[in-house]
Amino acid sequence: MTTPPVLRDDDVEVSHPHGDPGARDSSPQLWLLRILSALIIPAVLALFFFTFEFLQDPETNKIVQITVAIVVGVGGVWLLYWALDRLVNAMPDRVGAGVRPFVFAGPALILLAFYLIYPTIDTVITSLRDAGGDEWVGIDNFVRVFTENTYLISLRNSIFWAILVPIVCVGVGLAVAVLADLLPRRTESTFKSLIFLPMAVSFVGASVVFAFIYSFRVEGFGDQIGLLNAIWTAFGGDPVDWLRVPFWNNLFLMVILIWTQTGFAMVILSAAIKGVPEDLLEAARIDGANEWQAFRRITVPTIASTIVVVWTTILITTWKVYDIVAVMTGGRDGTSVVAERMVTEFFTFQNNGVGAALAVVLLVVVTPILVINIRRFRQQEALR
Amino acid sequence: MTAVAQKPPPLPVVKDKSNSFVVAKTPVYLACLLIAVVWVIPALGILINSFRNPQAIQSTGWWTVIGEVFNPDTWTLQNYATVLDQGFGNAFANSLAVTIPAVAIPITVAAFAAYAFAWMDFPGRNLWFAAVVGLMVVPLQMALIPILRIYTVFDLTGSFPGLWLAHTGFGLPLAVYLLRNYMGSLPSSLIESAQIDGASHWTIFTRLILPLSTPVLAAFATLQFLWVWNDYLVALVFLGVANPDNAVITVELAGLQGQFGEGALNLLPAAAFVSMVLPLVVFFLLQRYFVRGLTAGSVKG
Repeated sequence: MTTPPVLRDDDVEVSHPHGDPGARDSSPQLWLLRILSALIIPAVLALFFFTFEFLQDPETNKIVQITVAIVVGVGGVWLLYWALDRLVNAMPDRVGAGVRPFVFAGPALILLAFYLIYPTIDTVITSLRDAGGDEWVGIDNFVRVFTENTYLISLRNSIFWAILVPIVCVGVGLAVAVLADLLPRRTESTFKSLIFLPMAVSFVGASVVFAFIYSFRVEGFGDQIGLLNAIWTAFGGDPVDWLRVPFWNNLFLMVILIWTQTGFAMVILSAAIKGVPEDLLEAARIDGANEWQAFRRITVPTIASTIVVVWTTILITTWKVYDIVAVMTGGRDGTSVVAERMVTEFFTFQNNGVGAALAVVLLVVVTPILVINIRRFRQQEALR
Repeated sequence: MTAVAQKPPPLPVVKDKSNSFVVAKTPVYLACLLIAVVWVIPALGILINSFRNPQAIQSTGWWTVIGEVFNPDTWTLQNYATVLDQGFGNAFANSLAVTIPAVAIPITVAAFAAYAFAWMDFPGRNLWFAAVVGLMVVPLQMALIPILRIYTVFDLTGSFPGLWLAHTGFGLPLAVYLLRNYMGSLPSSLIESAQIDGASHWTIFTRLILPLSTPVLAAFATLQFLWVWNDYLVALVFLGVANPDNAVITVELAGLQGQFGEGALNLLPAAAFVSMVLPLVVFFLLQRYFVRGLTAGSVKG
């Protein structure tokens, strides 16, 4: 058997190929040791970072700050793991075997609990309280989010984004992947790199790039320096302030995200397409299928699961999009989306209740994906 | 695969296929060329603009350089000099100060955890790893206000360490997930024989598993680097507002973009490229690892 020790769904005591005796003991004293050993590293890290004044002093040389951080963040953390591992060696074998996994996995779990699990619970609680967090208001914040026009516009736009962007990215990505597959090898990789490149650009950077496409000048106030208006006016149109055209401005913002994400879809789908067995396609062609039929009936079904994964990933990215809207329009002219509205509520209006309610809306929508991920993971584990 | 075994002599079919390829070739090239042009033009436009005279950027479109490519007056490095002088040099250093530890710390912590999840036995392992998988899609927006509240109490806003640990927390689910899956797929006979030779978990982890995991470590490092460098929201909330001196490059660029039309127009292209140069270099050098990380981690939220 080449399988690693597999997690059992029922989590019962199992005799284990690599299991150490005592690993699954659960006496209270042992648990105390385990929790302690998990806490030490995050606690020391936090203490160090949060107390050393010079690291927080803007006057301190940046190079010194980076160096100290790397030395402590990597070297110091390694040293702590090492010291704790030594300490466990000194324990009686049975106790040590019970504690050691928590020396290894504990710090990560503690950090996750602090930075993701606790805040999620706290945000859910905040969403049930008023703007200042003073009193319980039940589901009032959610009622506002789902009835007031301001929030309904954000919701509408977010849904609109979440439907359109993944479809276009996957569609264009698939088309590009198929086309690239027909090119000679050298050309193919150059072509794919070009499409993939925007993936390395930040959303803020991409927004600046497209600001020079959508740029607008009132007629008579100089040449149009925006590409879109230059083309538009060359064909006889009047210059348009694209980002202020109701409803359509949302589409222009989506183009920015599509520009950065299509390369991702293309690269993943291209790898999947290359994995489709050639003899399967060959057999279809022999049976009289043309290229389109072979693609439609063989390639697409074979890569269906990859398409779903890519679609889901882009859906999640799209659903949480903040930077593009914040930088380009700040949510004005009916372009607000949920993730952007949320930040505005928190920081501009100091309305924590509604802000948190919007954050919960963000979470609730991705929850099915979360559940599916866990279920798929468990199935994979069961198969191993 | 009986269908393959029964395959008739394929000669005529192959000939047919090659014919159809000859016909299809030109449209394929044209379509690819069109897509490539559409995809490259937006970035090309501001790259050209970043090297033009400030007045030229303000008054005409970048495509007007076509007539004056060989005119030395067309090109200048002045925008880059101005931009670096006006805070973008400092912001670049800040971004480095944020990014390097925010990549190094989660990798270390995640590697230890991934080893435990893959090769150690402990109560609740199943449950906790499922939680890690679930946390991958939790929007980090959930964490902003609670963490900011705590940071405000301990006076951590506006300083780098708080941001390092925040990025560590947000990057950990993917890191643990990727590394654990990779480490778990290494042959167990390898670990068993090391154990028979009397190697401890520490030795197996540092001498055997970690060196073997270099590809996945590089993949995650590339992903996390691009993620942290390009991040705007986390840096804005925990750093930018409280202490403008420590603002990272995306925050600085977004601020400049906010002044669009008020004289910032000529600086934006150069500023944007200063912010993009490092991710682009990393992207080109480590594209292989980046793709591998993306493929393996495409379940992340």
